[in-house]
Amino acid sequence: MRADRSIAYKLILVITGCSALIFAATIGYSYYHSRMVLERELEENARNQVLASVNRVETILAAIGKVTEGLARSLETFNYTDKSLNTMLMATFAGNNEIYGVCAAFEPDASSGPGSRSFAPYFYRKKGDFLFVPDDTFEYLTQDWYQIPKELGRQEWSEPYFDQGGGDIIMTTCSVPFYEMVGNERRFRGIIATDVSLDGLTDIVGSMKVLKTGYSFLLSRNGTILTHPSKDLIMNESIFSIAESRNIPSLRDIGRKMVHGESGFLPYTDIQGVKSWMYYAPVSLTGWTLAVVFPEHELLAEVHSLTLTLAAMGIAGILLLAVAVVFIAHSITTPLRALSKATEVIAAGNFDAELPSIRSQDEVGVLNQSFIAMRVSLKKYIKELTETTAAKERIQSELKVATDIQASLLPRIFPAFPDRPEFDIYATMDPAKEVGGDFYDFFFIDHDRLCFLIADVADKGVPAALYMMVAKTLLKTEAQRGGSPDEILSAVNNILAADNENCMFVTVFCALMDTRTGEVRFANAGHNPPLLIESQGIRYLALKAGFVLGPVLDSTYETERITLQPGETLFLYTDGVTEAKAPEAELYGEQRLLEALQRGPKEELAEMIQHIRAAVKQHANGAPQSDDVTMVAIKYRGTK
Amino acid sequence: MEALETIMHLSVKPCRLLCLLLLLFNFSTNSAGADQTVLKKASLIPLWYPQAQFAGYYVALEKGIYRNHGIDLKILPGGPDHSPTQLLRSGEADFAVLWLSTALQQYESGEKLINVAQIVQKSSMMLVARKSSGIDTPADMQGKKVGIWGGGLAIPAETFFKKYQLSVREVRQSYTVNLFLRGGIDVASAMWYNEFHTILNSGIDTDELNLFFLHDYGIKFPEDGLYTLAKTYRRDPILVDAFVKASLAGWAYAFANPEETLDIVIRLMNEANLPANRAHQQWMLARMRDLIQPLNSSDSIGELKLSDYEAVGSALQINGVIKTVPGFEDFVRRSDAR
Repeated sequence: MRADRSIAYKLILVITGCSALIFAATIGYSYYHSRMVLERELEENARNQVLASVNRVETILAAIGKVTEGLARSLETFNYTDKSLNTMLMATFAGNNEIYGVCAAFEPDASSGPGSRSFAPYFYRKKGDFLFVPDDTFEYLTQDWYQIPKELGRQEWSEPYFDQGGGDIIMTTCSVPFYEMVGNERRFRGIIATDVSLDGLTDIVGSMKVLKTGYSFLLSRNGTILTHPSKDLIMNESIFSIAESRNIPSLRDIGRKMVHGESGFLPYTDIQGVKSWMYYAPVSLTGWTLAVVFPEHELLAEVHSLTLTLAAMGIAGILLLAVAVVFIAHSITTPLRALSKATEVIAAGNFDAELPSIRSQDEVGVLNQSFIAMRVSLKKYIKELTETTAAKERIQSELKVATDIQASLLPRIFPAFPDRPEFDIYATMDPAKEVGGDFYDFFFIDHDRLCFLIADVADKGVPAALYMMVAKTLLKTEAQRGGSPDEILSAVNNILAADNENCMFVTVFCALMDTRTGEVRFANAGHNPPLLIESQGIRYLALKAGFVLGPVLDSTYETERITLQPGETLFLYTDGVTEAKAPEAELYGEQRLLEALQRGPKEELAEMIQHIRAAVKQHANGAPQSDDVTMVAIKYRGTK
Repeated sequence: MEALETIMHLSVKPCRLLCLLLLLFNFSTNSAGADQTVLKKASLIPLWYPQAQFAGYYVALEKGIYRNHGIDLKILPGGPDHSPTQLLRSGEADFAVLWLSTALQQYESGEKLINVAQIVQKSSMMLVARKSSGIDTPADMQGKKVGIWGGGLAIPAETFFKKYQLSVREVRQSYTVNLFLRGGIDVASAMWYNEFHTILNSGIDTDELNLFFLHDYGIKFPEDGLYTLAKTYRRDPILVDAFVKASLAGWAYAFANPEETLDIVIRLMNEANLPANRAHQQWMLARMRDLIQPLNSSDSIGELKLSDYEAVGSALQINGVIKTVPGFEDFVRRSDAR
């Protein structure tokens, strides 16, 4: 589900989706279950119907069988003449309307009447009369109705056949062999055969009520179709020939079960291709099979209509549910949308925007109250923020002024002494904050002596700047008195230490250069040693460390000296250079500084210092500057 | 040529011209062979009721093939009450479908008949037993009840029993297989193209049966052939030749158009009030095709081979069915080709 869909959309989708699933599952189960129940009922119903019909058919057939059997036994028991035989044959018609004809067929040798010739008196019904056919040329000896019971020695029902008269009447013959005792031998004498028209039986089968389009059919022992709604199939096709011509092996299997006298209930696709159910059971007396076919669509019509109704109700219900969900969702989202619109106005900065009036105390109501409270708080906060910002801006502007003042204190115009070719001097100071604690200075004490110094006040910012001002003023004042560097530092130290409640201190490297000789006298108060750039190379000056100015009274310093040859340069710097670093990286360090100076330009001091500045910045790799970075370079050129 | 020039002058379209020419040509050949206006009447008696066993003749009649050969043929109704040999003898039928063995038996009894075509080239007769009866070899049939058809149709089976020195209880088998299906006999006679399929389509599977094709046991009796009396042949050999040609053409048509052939056969069966089963007739037609087509592709259809004739003759002699075998030249129609 996409995250930007509306709440109403999500609710409808989830609720109606779930409901539809539940409905579908319920309907599916109901369909399945109803179908099962229906099939069970159908099987029960089909079995009862088929068995009842089979029973009726068998009752009729059994009665005929008994009559035939009785006649055969009579012939075995009684002596009879041709005439009395005819009377006995005629008598079988009485009370047996299904009997179409009756015949006593004698085995040629055994006939007691006309000697050894074949003899078969036959009576049959025709339009209420009984006709006699004394046909003794009739080749009955190889007829199934004669041969089969003779060979099997028991009553047999023949495979149904078309009436010899060429009519459409399908007949079957019940044949019973009869015997005579010759001595101890039971000798076959002939067959009593009664012909039965299948019309009456067909009516019984046809009268079965099998839904609307269902039907029944009767198969012979060979699988031949005896009754079927399709008249073309009757006597022409068997279940096996249909299976063969339509290539349905399963139908052949069903047929084999049928002719083996089994019964069963099974799904069946009939020859029109209609999916159906079939129940079949044997007529055991004749080996026939009675089957009923129920078209599935008709059987399931009620289940289908019930399922359709349920489905329609379900769909209507889901639609109703969807409408309800839309309503609820709307009642939730309308105030939310109003609230959202109002908060957009507030977000744009208009804190006096009207919030919607929501009376309900539900979650949306609570949310609205919270928004009202938030608006009040925001208003208050913004007011305070405005005031604070104004105050901060004032301080900022004051600091800016302080920066300007501090910057103006340091000599910033280069070349600083255009009329003095004996030396070059160049310096920069980049404060870490608006105001810094580093400073440098250079000035002439008299015509030939230049004082230059570099210093670093501990700490940064305003306190350091103020301290620096003091220190710078004191150093310049003391230097102008004309003392040596150690005297200058001692004097300034004593002044600073006298009233140093905050325990602040400053490192200073202070030097005096005689411009005539290049002699530099210097003293150090805890400052980084400067570098000497000679013609042979660059090196750090090894000098006495000295104690920082400020913390302790009466610290002593020592003046050292070095004479610069023309072309040699002194490079002074504060620890902002060597301690510059990127996060997670090493300090810039003295070695890197030395190497940078070796690589960089040496002639023009401004270029040299800019080069170091760039190298330090590159090493810091964008990290904010943590300390003031100050550099002073002085190059002695000598007198002409 | 004059006619052709006239037609050319009419400037008809070439295809129509071709049709006209063909018509002209057709007419001329017909008048040369057999006069269309004067058809010779003749009759044929098949061995049995209408069924695919005789499809070639029915189709030839139906499709006008006999008529095209100048014969107004009537196919007499066959069946158990209509014996082909009797009808041939009495002159009611000019031609009959007979088995070679039956024909030789008739010849022996003094009826001078002639084989004008041997349609079925091999024996399709078989004996069928249920596996459950334990009859697995010919020897197992000793003393068993065996269904045997009447008349000439019994000869191949009896030859078989004599060959294997079997004494069986012969039961006269009717034209159904119900006696076998009900268990009244242990072994049934069956034709491969007919009764065998009936047994299968009564719900018995092939694997439930043991089949004894007489052909496999050396009883190689060619069956259906076309016969006429020697005197008929002497009187009008042209009619006989035309009848044979048309009959063979009928078979060729039947095999080329099986569905149409089955339609014709089924219609005739319905007209005769016979149970008509298309699947069964289809099987029968397919088997007839197997039986009629010559065993060697070099042989022509409808020909009785001397070797087959001699084999049947000597088998019948040995089994005492006939005493003398007539000369092949006397018994077989002298074909124009030879």
